[in-house]
Amino acid sequence: MVKIPLMKHYYKAVVIGSSAGGINALIKVLSVLPADFPLPIVIVQHLHPEGGNHLPSILGAKSALKIKQADEKESIEKGWVYLAPPSYHLLIEEDFTFSLSLEAAVNYSRPSIDVLFESAVYAYHQHLIGIILTGANHDGSQGLKKIKEMGGFTIVQDPKTAEADAMPTAAISNTQVDKILPLQEIGIYLLQLVNRTTL
Amino acid sequence: MQDDIDIQHIELQLLLQAIYLKYGYDFRNYAKASIRRRVDHFMKKENLTGFAEMQSRVLYEVDFFERLLLELSVNVTEMFRDPSFYRSFSQKVVPYLKTQPFLKIWHAGCASGEEVYSIAILLKEAGLYNKTQIYATDMNQVILNQAKEGIYPINRLKLYTENYQKAGGKESFSDYYMAHYDHVVMNKSLKENILFSDHNLATDGVFGEMHVIFCRNVLIYFNRDLQNRALGLFNDSLINRGVLCLGSKESIRFSTYSNTFVDIDRDEKIYGKNTSHEALL
Repeated sequence: MVKIPLMKHYYKAVVIGSSAGGINALIKVLSVLPADFPLPIVIVQHLHPEGGNHLPSILGAKSALKIKQADEKESIEKGWVYLAPPSYHLLIEEDFTFSLSLEAAVNYSRPSIDVLFESAVYAYHQHLIGIILTGANHDGSQGLKKIKEMGGFTIVQDPKTAEADAMPTAAISNTQVDKILPLQEIGIYLLQLVNRTTL
Repeated sequence: MQDDIDIQHIELQLLLQAIYLKYGYDFRNYAKASIRRRVDHFMKKENLTGFAEMQSRVLYEVDFFERLLLELSVNVTEMFRDPSFYRSFSQKVVPYLKTQPFLKIWHAGCASGEEVYSIAILLKEAGLYNKTQIYATDMNQVILNQAKEGIYPINRLKLYTENYQKAGGKESFSDYYMAHYDHVVMNKSLKENILFSDHNLATDGVFGEMHVIFCRNVLIYFNRDLQNRALGLFNDSLINRGVLCLGSKESIRFSTYSNTFVDIDRDEKIYGKNTSHEALL
């Protein structure tokens, strides 16, 4: 059994950032979660600008959750996994809707994990779980730090289990993260964390 | 920390209110998350100590405000962005435009002009340019001047040429510009029927009757209310059976004007006012 720390508060959303090797890692995490997982999950996976439109169906085939590309102004609902559209930054507004932006790349990335995470902190405050998975750059480490500073929960994939270790390594060195876990344990840990702390 | 976020929220509102009262630019109904990012980015770039300095310099230094204004409007664009959109426009809208005696086209939020020149090229190749007046508008005068000049860095041209070809371009793209060292200048003949002018979708009104309106990747920066305002202007400006073209992730479907517009190409976000694709043919 994974040991769960005692939580003072509950969570309203999960944000995940992944890059090189991320599709396999996302499948590992999402395939563990049941259809009635009580929180919305919002994901930035770095992709080639023209290559990303099939990702919802690739992940959907391996998950019990409903998965779609996020639309601008769409309301964020539990039971759904939302993916950033290729080439757009994905942001969360304070009224829990999405907005998109074509601003310049951040960390050479659009969508950028930092952009999603930082906006999610403004919307969800401490009621947020942030996860950084495999990747070959440093995107996400600023955003994860903000989640932690606000009192949210932070999880990073153990770099030893990552296809590309630069991104989880950068996240760990930038933030005193709550949990560093091997890839195969992240989904089950998330499930237990959320079941324990969701109202 | 919760307190900090509440205070930052108030500060942003105050700043946008100050900008509106002093300069008339209304960002109050922009989507908050991305405008906050751009304000934060600007404050870092200018090495500001905090909100108090930001507010006072915005109010007292016009130069400072003009730099901020450039940062607040997103001007990232390219020629023939989304080539499949231009292909669809050529196939589904151009045949109808050929039946019109003259054309008025509004390009709203044209930024540095790349997409206006793309449309000009498309219209030229369709034989429509000579009977067309294009109104290219943006709220930012600095950016609008760049659009008018039509000078672009040469390192972008590889992408633009590929986009042009994918969009169904018939000629050699290099015929449309002159190269000078590290930049290119768009041909004068493309500019003849383009009028560049100042227009703000948040505060200005209708200025003419249009056959086609392009407003691509502008509405994504607005909140619902401001989106409805802009779409209302487009609705009032378009002739019956006029055509509205939005960006590939934008939609009229959840707006007040959903029922007025029919899909001409749902995926490419091309809409007809009170008309269908079939009726246009």
